[in-house]
Amino acid sequence: MRSIFEKGWRPILALILLFIFWEFCTIIFEIPAWLLPSPSQVFAEAFTGWSGYQVHLASTVQLVITGFLIGASVGIIVAVSLHLIPFMRQAFYPLIIISQNIPTIVLAPLLVIWFGFGILPKLIVITLVCFFPITIALLDGFRQTDNDLKHYVQMAGATKQQIFWKLEWPHALPSLFSGLKISATYSVMGAVISEWLGASKGIGVYMTLASSSYRTDRVFVSIFLIVIMSLIFFAIIRVLEKWVINWKPIEKGSHHESS
Amino acid sequence: MNHLEVRHLSKSFETNSVLKDVHFSVGNGEFVSLLGPSGSGKSTLFRIIGGISLPSSGSIHLNGEKINGKRGSISYTPQSPSLMPWRTILDNVLLGQELTGYRDREKAIAMMKRAGLEGYEKAYPHELSGGMKQRASFIRSLLSPQELILLDEPFSALDEFTRIDMQKWLLSIWEAHQRSILFITHHIEEAIFLSDRIIILSARPATVRKEFVIPFERPRKESLLLSDEFLQWKKKIYEEMRFPHVSSSD
Ligand SMILES: Nc1ncnc2c1ncn2[C@@H]1O[C@H](COP(=O)(O)OP(=O)(O)OP(=O)(O)O)[C@@H](O)[C@H]1O
Ligand SMILES: [Mg+2]
Repeated sequence: MRSIFEKGWRPILALILLFIFWEFCTIIFEIPAWLLPSPSQVFAEAFTGWSGYQVHLASTVQLVITGFLIGASVGIIVAVSLHLIPFMRQAFYPLIIISQNIPTIVLAPLLVIWFGFGILPKLIVITLVCFFPITIALLDGFRQTDNDLKHYVQMAGATKQQIFWKLEWPHALPSLFSGLKISATYSVMGAVISEWLGASKGIGVYMTLASSSYRTDRVFVSIFLIVIMSLIFFAIIRVLEKWVINWKPIEKGSHHESS
Repeated sequence: MNHLEVRHLSKSFETNSVLKDVHFSVGNGEFVSLLGPSGSGKSTLFRIIGGISLPSSGSIHLNGEKINGKRGSISYTPQSPSLMPWRTILDNVLLGQELTGYRDREKAIAMMKRAGLEGYEKAYPHELSGGMKQRASFIRSLLSPQELILLDEPFSALDEFTRIDMQKWLLSIWEAHQRSILFITHHIEEAIFLSDRIIILSARPATVRKEFVIPFERPRKESLLLSDEFLQWKKKIYEEMRFPHVSSSD
């Protein structure tokens, strides 16, 4: 906890300065609230409007968690099968790259045509944005397995299965977590985009309603909510990572280096 | 009966010939060193004996059985300690057993104690010094069920004094357990101090140039390192390694 305060005070200070600057600008230039609300107006709305967006927030959080869990599982399964079955790797690796070149915005309407307005197309969108960083990171982790260690376990007579579970999988865990951290933030974005497709609840819906009625303060509230959600998801993965990968050396002196 | 027999082994990578007609054996409970210049193909030879690389020609026999390309028949200590960073030392040391059968924790703990690693059972490799890691790596081999142990320059990264301590330690452990050891080194004194027999390899392509039987009694003491006889042996082997090399290539 202490280290968060020690390292975190600079960005927090920068953020506070930005808010103060923003507040003064809106006052000095007399910017109307529908164009650019001041931070104080946004915060006021964030508190008073809680009952208004609470349902939306809950719905999005649920969607993000479900989508992320599915996306992460798909990402892991794809990486493991591509790694263990060379034929799969040759056949599908290029397709996976291509899948990332199709903009979600283009794909989304198609998914609605095929699967309607239910939860399925939304989960597909989140899965599509989530699985890729995980698959790529994990494949990299598998590939970079230490050669000396690999030779050792092979000579010791390890089976393919043993090599995977005792060497390659634990070796790739740090890579998996870098993938998971990226995907955790992507999943929030994916959820909001998927809600734009058409939904009855969700931060995406709340945002669309707010902007069409020129409640710009509420648009900013949704932006803040999205940012905060992303940060919280990122932090959860980070905590999980520290808990799972407890064998990493604690970097001595890094504190002095950074200050 | 001979434990390990390497028969007329050759290996080339495309046009690069690394091993040429390498032929020798290691008897039961014998300590044999392979002494050869850097890059001569010693590690390649180990990879072939260990079954993860196939010879271009020739064969390897263990207790009469041909083991070309067969993995898991020997126990191996690699050039770098190669401990798994995510496992505790105890779990690392037990890895060899774990791969082939059951884990004998009590024995592992006792062995770690003998190696001066007591209290480090739950530590991770990054918390150990280089010498300690090498000892852990060797204990891993010793605890593995295979009878023949291959050691690839285990002490090359250590300073002179740590190296001598490690050599004495290795001898004491080996004398107590009587496993067959094939030991790679390019350190002449190390080879003389440790071995029953020394096999001298030529520069690449490596072939057996000469074999020496080292007559010193066991158990060997550190004072041996400074005796006249020892220095005589050192001179003999040094000349054998150095002069044909000078006249042929330099
Ligand atoms: N997989 C490979 N493909 C091609 N060439 C290789 C391969 N492995 C080893 N070699 C060649 O074999 C030669 C011998 O390598 P090796 O690692 O066996 O030497 P070494 O005697 O163990 O050296 P050192 O004492 O430095 O450890 C090297 O020059 C290298 O170029
Ligand atoms: Mg080598």
